[in-house]
Amino acid sequence: MAIKKFAVACYDDEEVLFPALKTVRHSGYKLHDIYTPFAVHGLDEAMGLKGTDLHIAGFIFGLCGTSTALGFISWILTSDWPLNFGGKPHFSLPAWIPITFELTVLFSAVGMVLTWCYLNQVMPGVKKHVFHPRQSDDYFVMAVELNDHTSEQEVVDFLKTTGAKETSVQIAEDSWWYGRFDKEEAYQKL
Amino acid sequence: MWYIGFFFSVALLCFGIFSVTWAVYWGLGTWGVNRTIGWGWDITNFVWWVGIGHAGTLISAILLLFRQGWRTGVNRAAEAMTIFAVMCAGQFPIFHMGRVWDGFFVLPYPNTRGPLWPNFNSPLLWDVFAISTYFTVSLLFWYSGLIPDFATIRDRAKTKFRKMAYGVASFGWTGSVKNWQRHEALALVLAGLSTPLVLSVHTIVSFDFATSVIPGWHTTIFPPYFVAGAIFSGFAMVNTLLVISRKILHLEDYITVGHLEAMNKVIVLTGSIVGVAYLTELFIAWYSGAYGEQAAFKWRIMGPYWWSYWAMMTCNVVSPQLFWVKKLRRNIPFTFIMSIVVNIGMWFERFVIIVTSLYRDWIPGSWAYYSPTWPEVGFYLGTFGLFFTCYFLFAKYFPIVAVAEIKFVLKTSGDNYKRGMETIEAQSEEEFVHEVETHHAHA
Repeated sequence: MAIKKFAVACYDDEEVLFPALKTVRHSGYKLHDIYTPFAVHGLDEAMGLKGTDLHIAGFIFGLCGTSTALGFISWILTSDWPLNFGGKPHFSLPAWIPITFELTVLFSAVGMVLTWCYLNQVMPGVKKHVFHPRQSDDYFVMAVELNDHTSEQEVVDFLKTTGAKETSVQIAEDSWWYGRFDKEEAYQKL
Repeated sequence: MWYIGFFFSVALLCFGIFSVTWAVYWGLGTWGVNRTIGWGWDITNFVWWVGIGHAGTLISAILLLFRQGWRTGVNRAAEAMTIFAVMCAGQFPIFHMGRVWDGFFVLPYPNTRGPLWPNFNSPLLWDVFAISTYFTVSLLFWYSGLIPDFATIRDRAKTKFRKMAYGVASFGWTGSVKNWQRHEALALVLAGLSTPLVLSVHTIVSFDFATSVIPGWHTTIFPPYFVAGAIFSGFAMVNTLLVISRKILHLEDYITVGHLEAMNKVIVLTGSIVGVAYLTELFIAWYSGAYGEQAAFKWRIMGPYWWSYWAMMTCNVVSPQLFWVKKLRRNIPFTFIMSIVVNIGMWFERFVIIVTSLYRDWIPGSWAYYSPTWPEVGFYLGTFGLFFTCYFLFAKYFPIVAVAEIKFVLKTSGDNYKRGMETIEAQSEEEFVHEVETHHAHA
């Protein structure tokens, strides 16, 4: 959570974006992030990002659901309030499979979505800086972080050579904050 | 056009609320159900709506796993339909309880009655878990797919209010690469979870019947038979809605005749499965030699409810076979009519299973006849009101096609992509492999 200065380059084609990304990474400038209107396959690898372990969270939540269901039902029907259904055993596992399955799925799905919201830092009322309004429409927007050692003009000129349709320099919060998208954010000078 | 439809739906919904209030105030005696036929229109409608609610998740989840690109045109609307249909379905068992204010007794919470827990061995309680899980997971799946599209609307919004409202709805989504990566992982795992879930839900609904000892219900064929029927009616309902939506919202380029044809192919497949199931039921009733079973089926076909049995057979078994003809599959008015016919047939199927298995009891003295009263009919019409009110609101304020997914499909099947592929296809195999290897070495 810090206010930083970014050089922003907008591309209108992923076939321009990929080579541009490669040159930016080779150049040594600090790549902040890329924003795309849809999931571009291979872009995460090209950026050098690791794969996500979200599915492991889903598996763990699923196990919690299974053990909750089995533990809870077996405690109720064998020790807390055992009922005699026509002399059938109190521990009647096959009849518990449907609820165990449903709770496994429920825990896994709900837990994973909450984990997803937490990791992505998305929630109602959360606001993040939108570098270009078309980044959710048809632009691929690359933000390069600027610092005291980089020349603003140099980076912008460099980004232009990579095939950017539009470039700009923006001062922005690099993370999220509570805010509304109909209100402009006001930053103090760096 | 929208306002007329919306007004009509809200009017129906109000009538439904009135009918339900009437039944709750005066008691379930206002319904036509009696001691012999304890489940009438209410449970028929419950199973019917749940069945309709199966297509959305099937389209989004199973077709996602099978990598069926065409699903992107229709999945969003189908998922919305699923959620609204399950909402409608849920009303029926809740109000069938009679003393609906005690409805929370089905939840296993520590209480002052013992604590006395619900019976976890009962299929009716399995249903509580199945339907609520299905609703929750479908909602999460649907909404997580909507978030990027809400962000698109937010960034294009002209008015302050829209920017604010869609800003909240989009959860602050910006489309960063890492977020997309997790989004794809989430969609895939949720699809993987939803696929067995969607099959389990109607299986468990069928257990409500199959685990009992009523002739006509006590059969092992029920789970697959119910699931096939659910997909059958669900796809028909999706077709009903899509034919209207694409016309009114001018989405002919996104929801094409090809989509409708693909849907019709699934309808002819599942319709045939349902047909085979009906015939298998008949065969087994005869072959088992069980007297009760044989009598139940004889009365289904020839008893006082013969018209419901034959309506079911005509609508579900005979009529979908017309979809073997390609010309009819691609005919939009015909598709629309068939989608209605199929859902009428599937309603009769549930009516046949429920009422015509109950009305001739073990004791001839308790044989009875059942016909619905106006609060039951009003309740059913009211759920149509609820369904279409939700759907109209969805169609006006939500992105009805999955925008981000369509963009993804267009990008990978668009001109630029094909041009890029041409150079790759022109390469010899060694060149291609070499390039990939060096790429990996660099990465």
